[in-house]
Amino acid sequence: MSKSNSDNHWLVRPKTIRLLWVTMAVVLALTVFAQLFIKVKGYVGVDSWFAFGAYYGFLSCVAMVLLAKLLGLFLKRSEQYYDEREDNA
Amino acid sequence: MPEYLPPALILLAGALLIGILRGHLRTAVVLISPLVTLWAVWQVPDGVVATMPFLDYIIEPVEGSPLRRLFATVFAGMVFAGGLYAYRQARWYELAAAYAYAAGAIGVCFAGDLITMFLYWELMALFSTIVVWCGNTPGARAAGIRYAVMHLLGGIILKVGIEGVVVHTGSIDLQPMQATNFDTWMILTGILINAAAPPISAWLADAYPESSPTGSVFLSAFTTKTAVLALIMLFPGESILIWIGLFMVMYGIIYALLENDARRILAYSIVNQVGFMVCAVGIGTEMALNGAAAHAFAHIIYKALLFMSAGVVIYRTGKHKCTELGGLFRTMPLTAFCGIIGALAISGVPLTSGFTTKTMISQAAANQELVAVYLLLAAASAGVFLHAGIKFPWFVFYQRDSGLRPKDAPWNMGAAMLLLVALCIGIGVFPNLFYQYLPYPVDYEPYTAGKVLFYLQLLLFSGLAFFLLLPLMRRTETISLDTDWIWRVLIFRIIQKLSQTGAAISRATSQVVNNAIDSVHEKANHHLNSEAPLKEKEPGLLARSRPIGRTALWIAVLLTGYVLAYYF
Repeated sequence: MSKSNSDNHWLVRPKTIRLLWVTMAVVLALTVFAQLFIKVKGYVGVDSWFAFGAYYGFLSCVAMVLLAKLLGLFLKRSEQYYDEREDNA
Repeated sequence: MPEYLPPALILLAGALLIGILRGHLRTAVVLISPLVTLWAVWQVPDGVVATMPFLDYIIEPVEGSPLRRLFATVFAGMVFAGGLYAYRQARWYELAAAYAYAAGAIGVCFAGDLITMFLYWELMALFSTIVVWCGNTPGARAAGIRYAVMHLLGGIILKVGIEGVVVHTGSIDLQPMQATNFDTWMILTGILINAAAPPISAWLADAYPESSPTGSVFLSAFTTKTAVLALIMLFPGESILIWIGLFMVMYGIIYALLENDARRILAYSIVNQVGFMVCAVGIGTEMALNGAAAHAFAHIIYKALLFMSAGVVIYRTGKHKCTELGGLFRTMPLTAFCGIIGALAISGVPLTSGFTTKTMISQAAANQELVAVYLLLAAASAGVFLHAGIKFPWFVFYQRDSGLRPKDAPWNMGAAMLLLVALCIGIGVFPNLFYQYLPYPVDYEPYTAGKVLFYLQLLLFSGLAFFLLLPLMRRTETISLDTDWIWRVLIFRIIQKLSQTGAAISRATSQVVNNAIDSVHEKANHHLNSEAPLKEKEPGLLARSRPIGRTALWIAVLLTGYVLAYYF
């Protein structure tokens, strides 16, 4: 139960993490190149473009994270925000 | 008396017995009553099977159809899984309330008319509030009151709509309608409040995360999905629902991305997922309605699984913020595994239940040539992977080492989670076994090579986006303002302002009245030649003592007035 155990867990070693990134890159590349052999049926036109799922998924996520970040500037408050306002209620 | 025993009453009796019995008998009721209910659900044939008089109406407490049985099945199954998960950890009154709450949901499933639906609807509101209160913290008590206010308000709106429909059409039948007049809009609004649609969506993320680790499992299952069922039965093809649904989908993602509380992430993701279903009801074709029903079924299971894994973490560590958690996979492998399966299922990864149900909704949009809807749903599917599929397990079980080394799930919690894991994967691997229970005949094949590849690309590249953008997603110890700000701060401020103004007005008025009284009294003194001195500046209108002379004068005036009023 000591903390030193955790640092040696195989899943968090830098070597494993590097390996995971490489595996991920290979899998990502495979899903894109598989489209050379497998036809993706398009329903609305654009979705039949080559690797549409890949860049559409990636870009939508980037857009959503940035939008969330932007809205966060206006919406984020300290955790005590409501407590301070409701104590006198 | 109905000639048929409604399944909801069996569960309600179970809830009552949980309160009465103790020890093993109570455990037996917790585990057996949902199974008996499930059996009863499958005994309900199609059509109206029970009627009884109520006031001047003939109500239909039990009406069967494949759609109704489908929802009732997953509700009853969920009660069993939730009961197994909770019976050793939850207090008896939480279990009793949760069972009564579920009985309300099952009652709505079989309600053949609007009056029965409303009665069970309110049963749900009542007992779900108690489940929130069972969180047993000051935060839970306050959130429970806000939750109750919202749901009672939603209930009143629904009631106004139902009464309008009954008065104007003379029919209490539960049948498809269009939101074209005030009555039907009220019904739609009342249902949408329970579906956590904007702008009243914030009640969900406000209340559910405040409940106990076991309570949130029950809460995640019933209220919003009952609303989806009501929408399918009452407003299929109501096109505004498409856009309301899409808004919910995006809103859920954005707020879940901003959130630090593990269960609040999951709560926002309920809104996101219900958005898919609401959108499907708006599309309204047979495939879309099948998709909405199937997705609700699958969603209840994987969302409960996610809440169960979060619940185990909170039960074992007492912590619920991403900033305090992390690295738990070391000592909680089972909980982490189950959480990850739930996360994959909600993301709609192939071979999980989410894939076989959510893609049906997208397909329905594509078939209707709703290009924007189809593309937004695809983007949302990527977003689900981002906020729930990876973010939840990553921040809770991986990210950094928080130093926490809690024990894994107690056996009953683990067993309940594994049961749901099996269902998530079962529906994903054998979709046709499941599709046969959908309300309409299914002509849909989820596993075509092209479709699987498209979704793999979509999901895996959103995973890439997550890890590349990780620095932007560092958790902060903050909350995000939601629409509940309106009723927690804005309305409060307005009331405060009004009461200040009111107090000022009443002060000014009482001063004017006092001055008038004093001047009358002085004049009276003058005329009666009284020597009584007038005291000035005494505190408070009611605390003041008045000279007997003045009191006698006013009594005389009152009595004269009374005598005059009596004669004329």
